[in-house]
Amino acid sequence: MSARKPYIRPMDGWWRRNPFFMRYMVREASAVFLAIYAVILLVGVFRLSQGEAAYGAWLAALTGPLAIVFHWAALLAVCYHAYTWWKVMPKTMPMLHVGGRRIPEVALSAVGWAATLGLSVVVYALARWW
Amino acid sequence: MKRTNEPILWSLFGAGGVLSALLGPILIFITGIIAPVGLWMPPEAVGYPRVLALAQSWCGKAALLLVISLFLWHAMHRIYHSLHDLGIHAGTGAAAACYGFALVATLATAWLLLIIGF
Repeated sequence: MSARKPYIRPMDGWWRRNPFFMRYMVREASAVFLAIYAVILLVGVFRLSQGEAAYGAWLAALTGPLAIVFHWAALLAVCYHAYTWWKVMPKTMPMLHVGGRRIPEVALSAVGWAATLGLSVVVYALARWW
Repeated sequence: MKRTNEPILWSLFGAGGVLSALLGPILIFITGIIAPVGLWMPPEAVGYPRVLALAQSWCGKAALLLVISLFLWHAMHRIYHSLHDLGIHAGTGAAAACYGFALVATLATAWLLLIIGF
């Protein structure tokens, strides 16, 4: 084989070159927070199965500084995920028409954002007062 | 054309994406931010008797299993595909690790909910 060394454009940090790619990577990174949160809930179910003392210890561990910082960061990340999820949704479905006019994408996204807000209120009310 | 299991994995990703877009923020806010410190949420609301009763009811079991497993199927699918974006050429091993983790967590949650009883 010849000893050619073709130039290969380095791709390290490609996503830092453009704000659009940055937003894309932030959205993808929200999955890491979601995964850790799901594992925290799974540990909670495990501690619940061990009895009252274990469950209490799990709940107490959530008041630690690291846990609080994590949950605030996770809240921001997953809010961004929810925002982008509904923003992209109209592009993934067939166009809808009413009276011969296409329903604008932002109207469809708004339904999603409203559903998230509405369900959040319902879940909070159920958790607190039901 | 070679058959793939991508449609199944994408369906789980999509279902988890919808569920976490709808409920992710409020669940993190309740269980991670306000409930542990008892702000805007009385301690009894997340106390052992109430959460145990939730985990012992059919509806509660279904909700816990769906939230934990679909959040993970969604997240692990995204993480797996992001490896490529970070310049890591992920092969079968990475796929097995990502989806395997989601599968094991799903089975573990189901098993624990069974142990907790009715």
